[in-house]
Amino acid sequence: MSNSANTAKTARKPRRLFAGYGVVFMVLIAVFVIMSIVNRNFMTYSNIYNLARSTAVYGIVALAMTFVIVTGGIDLSVGTHVGLAGMVVTLLTVYGGWNIFLAIFVALLSCAVAGIINGVLIHDGKLPPFIATMGMMTIVRAVILLISDARNISGLDKAFTDFAKSTVGFPGVDQFGNPTTVGIPVMALVWVILIVISWLMFRYTTFGRNVFACGSNVDAARLSGISVRKTTYGVYLLSGVYCGIGGILLTSRMASGIPTLGDGYEMDAIAASVIGGASMSGGEGYIGGTVVGSILIATIDNVGTLFGLNSNYTDIIIGALIVASVLIDRFKRR
Amino acid sequence: MGPNQKELARMENISMEFPGVKALDGVSFNVLEGEIHALVGENGAGKSTLIKVLMGVYTPTTGTLYINGKQARYRGPADAIAQGLGAVYQDITMAAHLTVGENFFLGHLPVKGGKVDWKRIFADSQATLDDLKINIDSRTLVRDLTIGQQEMVSIAKIIHQKANVIVFDEPTALLTNEEVEILFNLIGDLKKRGFGIIYISHRMEEIFQLCDRVTILKNGAYVDTLNVSETNEKELVSLMVGRSVEDMYGIKHAQRGDVKLEVRNLTGARFKDISFQVRKGEIFGMFGLIGAGRTEICRAIFGADKYESGEVLIDGKPVHNRKPLDGIHNSIAFLTEDRRKEGLCGQLSVMRNINLASYPRIAKNGVINLKKEARRAEQYVDSLSIKTPDIEFRVRNLSGGNQQKVVIGRWMCCDSDIFIFDEPTVGVDVGAKVEIYKLIEGLIADGKAVILISSYLPEVMGLSDRLMVMYEGKQTGIIERDEFYNADGKLREDVVLGMAAGIKQE
Repeated sequence: MSNSANTAKTARKPRRLFAGYGVVFMVLIAVFVIMSIVNRNFMTYSNIYNLARSTAVYGIVALAMTFVIVTGGIDLSVGTHVGLAGMVVTLLTVYGGWNIFLAIFVALLSCAVAGIINGVLIHDGKLPPFIATMGMMTIVRAVILLISDARNISGLDKAFTDFAKSTVGFPGVDQFGNPTTVGIPVMALVWVILIVISWLMFRYTTFGRNVFACGSNVDAARLSGISVRKTTYGVYLLSGVYCGIGGILLTSRMASGIPTLGDGYEMDAIAASVIGGASMSGGEGYIGGTVVGSILIATIDNVGTLFGLNSNYTDIIIGALIVASVLIDRFKRR
Repeated sequence: MGPNQKELARMENISMEFPGVKALDGVSFNVLEGEIHALVGENGAGKSTLIKVLMGVYTPTTGTLYINGKQARYRGPADAIAQGLGAVYQDITMAAHLTVGENFFLGHLPVKGGKVDWKRIFADSQATLDDLKINIDSRTLVRDLTIGQQEMVSIAKIIHQKANVIVFDEPTALLTNEEVEILFNLIGDLKKRGFGIIYISHRMEEIFQLCDRVTILKNGAYVDTLNVSETNEKELVSLMVGRSVEDMYGIKHAQRGDVKLEVRNLTGARFKDISFQVRKGEIFGMFGLIGAGRTEICRAIFGADKYESGEVLIDGKPVHNRKPLDGIHNSIAFLTEDRRKEGLCGQLSVMRNINLASYPRIAKNGVINLKKEARRAEQYVDSLSIKTPDIEFRVRNLSGGNQQKVVIGRWMCCDSDIFIFDEPTVGVDVGAKVEIYKLIEGLIADGKAVILISSYLPEVMGLSDRLMVMYEGKQTGIIERDEFYNADGKLREDVVLGMAAGIKQE
């Protein structure tokens, strides 16, 4: 009862590094250990390299989703942000003959505008985030299909499509003895940079604190002088820009403009956030957790591929994981 | 109460142990036919645990229960309900999207010819409502009712389930004054009909208005059972905490300084033509019935709401706070009435809650100085003696009094000069109340200006230097502290209550 909390001189408890997603982290380690024992192809440079490259875009979108979820919102339009950025870059460079950097800038800008519109609908229009972003998702996807005539568009500049294939690291040789670069794929590097930026925002900035405060109790936040408007605009804008970056990377990797690009990414992003300890009711979420969640989902997919499993089986595992991670959290709270 | 009253329920020598904690230690309690028996004690005294044992939620470690003279053994809460026990909790649990009638029969809808017997549902439940003179149609959706009406419905539901002992756990916490009056009439009616009523409340005045006997618990142990007519508030409080009432409100008043805050002819949607001054080192009380407009005035001053006309001056300079951030910049701290809804970020840590309103002060270009953040949290946890294992602890797991201190700490670390406390001691136990009064004492000693809103007259009269009384959005008068007492030294509560009820005074 009430006397159980002691008045010990309040020492600052050392922060536990994996607080909030320790169990999931253990699961990820276990999967890695078991897989490297069971399958010789798992812990190879090329497999890990491919794993990192294919996780990157999912991982970036999941980071964006985590910001939104912590404010107590949701962004269903993340996948169409990805698609929008990809298609804008493609059309501007292939048909418009634009400079690639200018095209990327305009692509990110259009995602930012879509994000801000989400923010305005949610904060000023007082729409539930689910509805506002579902509307945005539907409209943007339709616009992408219209402007692309629902066809894949090829003819992207080789310098651009090579970007996603490139590696940052040291010169080495591949399995056939040809010279290549050994290191981290550029796509994963971009992801890592965004992880670090996101983590710094959560830990060190007033914006990060405000994101949590608005998600935990929006009235208390407002009465404490926090601008709920700026915070709401901020997270949906950030979501647009992050997903835009993801869309550009993915288009570079696919080497063509694909109208359905990013379709269904919102569900993977929500899954990664929730597995990583984010609470759908807001006020709780971890950058590290989301990273672990993204890697875990991608790894399970990868393992399925290595064993030649029907992807429906891996989906069963991922679904169970989502439910289990929330259940474990509930029980820990009791 | 007399020997001819039948005993409806008796709990004998109940002890309840949780791992590491003895929540109840040999407590005995009974309730008779046609009586209202109050159960009082500080938070953590064991009231809720005792009720949960009675209602079959917990099985006691030792002790015996008798219902209608027979020893009772429960396997779960359903058995307690079957034995004729019912409880009304402050957070009412009903299916909001269903009708009142359906809620009466939830889980056992009557069936006739393979179909739900709607006629019977609505007729039966309506009969119970009518019998209790509750003016609600049984076909109404629960979500369309006010909290007060929902409470009435849940009482009717319990009576419909043939309960003869009814527990009320802080039933007035969420009600308006009119609703409280309707509730009290209903409880009085139930008493006349011979129901046994157990009444839990932090509000002393309710116990004296309503109850026949009162049992006091302290730290899980039984203290005493008294006839309400033979005791008084002072005695009850001192039995609850071992401290007298005089000590409670006996703070040291400070030397009053210059005018800090002035309000001139302030008019808004819920208040009209309000003018007053608050000086440095002064506690300015605001009293009125709920809905009199006190909170609304303060929200307008702070910038949480708009006002239509009038002026607010701080240090003689006109200011207009359009949003809370403006109020904070103008050195106002606003401790809201509803801690849970407007004060705390429950999932967040003590540290973040304390710093919530002052992050811009410890950040440069949006980057927070983490050392300062922790240091400030530690400083206020220590100086306000907030009982928490560490500053990373989530505030929702703290007790009510400690949560309130966290919110107070948030405003103290803004270095504000004007503190508005809106019902600072609601839902806080007596021990924590005294600590909050001491904090206010410390603030005025530092020359801060304090506005204290309270609906509890002894509290607001006990603490204020001056008191403004309001009635339906208008101020009915401002009284100086030396006018609080009659010639014989008695508090003139009747005069203030008259002003708050809109009765003209000489």
